[in-house]
Amino acid sequence: MSTERSVSVRELMEGLNLTLFTPDADLERPITTVDINRPGLALAGYLRYHAADRIQLLGRSELSFLRGMDAREQALRLFAFCSYEQTPCVVVARGETPPDALFREAAMRRLPILGSHMVTTRAAAILSSFLEERLAPETLVHGVLVDVYGIGILITGSSGIGKSETALELIKRGHRLVADDAVVIRQVSDDTLVGSPPPLLQYLLEIRGLGVLNAMTLFGAGAVRTHKKVVMVVHLEAWQEDMAYDRLGIDEETIRILDLDLPLLTIPVRPGRNLAVIIEVAAMNHRLKRIGFNAAQTFSEQLARAIRDEASGTDTPGV
Amino acid sequence: MAEKRVVVKLRSGLLARPAALFVQEANRFSCEIFVEKDGKSVNAKSIMGIMSLAIAHGQEVVIKADGSDAEQAVSRLAEMIAKDE
Repeated sequence: MSTERSVSVRELMEGLNLTLFTPDADLERPITTVDINRPGLALAGYLRYHAADRIQLLGRSELSFLRGMDAREQALRLFAFCSYEQTPCVVVARGETPPDALFREAAMRRLPILGSHMVTTRAAAILSSFLEERLAPETLVHGVLVDVYGIGILITGSSGIGKSETALELIKRGHRLVADDAVVIRQVSDDTLVGSPPPLLQYLLEIRGLGVLNAMTLFGAGAVRTHKKVVMVVHLEAWQEDMAYDRLGIDEETIRILDLDLPLLTIPVRPGRNLAVIIEVAAMNHRLKRIGFNAAQTFSEQLARAIRDEASGTDTPGV
Repeated sequence: MAEKRVVVKLRSGLLARPAALFVQEANRFSCEIFVEKDGKSVNAKSIMGIMSLAIAHGQEVVIKADGSDAEQAVSRLAEMIAKDE
């Protein structure tokens, strides 16, 4: 369900408040990579490995290098530099104005030239963090995302199993709703998934029989969050007699979302089981494990030791 | 696995009420049903999911279903949003 993402030059310009030097340029050019290129070598004439598909960032050194050339050479180099159709745009840092030859060549290709007042390295950092956020792989998941004791838990399960009702009970217990029913999950880094609601559904919760409710107006600002790192998945499913459920919790199951494996707990649903309490405890247990205390593991080790001691005929341990 | 590409003809698009009817209809079927718009796919049995797509008149969506009554589900749901009213 994830899609290859891109950001248009217009979005970049508006998002970062960059100035536009070339009003007639094609601002719909797509940016598909978060990498930024400082085109010093390309301007020096070495184009073999020129990363043309990246944003080209001109700082003081590139500009002074260009200004040091004679007009003919400058035109030639800039002609080559601007000729790549895949180049999304050129950004000039430090509030500088680039040489006229760049405007001429860029105008011919409708290549956008943007300006930033920031120093070059700062501009590079801001450009890449903006792009990283916008270009992060994204998927839409059917489920409910809640923040329980600071742990982002994605509750999944088929329609009508009670995901939203569980979320409601969790909110009543002082936890926070992030998204109900549809969760946009983005991979913001190699080891982090962040979930948020689709824009239209922020703070909303649907409970069968009541309809659409606004959790923030009902329970207050403390009951909601706009986004949250997703740390574990709790899958609710109807209790099946012949199904073997985890009784120990020693082995950790995982589920893959985008490029990351998250711990998965499958909780069977049956009348009389308080799912909100189970999820609260799951969150606390997860925190304990991260602190380094694994009850199931410790118990299993103690049991192993007891059996070993029994077998070697020593006294009963731990009395 | 059944799949159908539909252009939404409902004049005002899938507003809250029509969306609720759509989801109600989807819930009559036992198969898994998904509605896809602009590469985003949501569960057709979830009112919030469907509303999050903000499906407007004239837009194209793909209805996909998997299960025993997939064919009927897809044709019934496609018919609902392809109605010109």
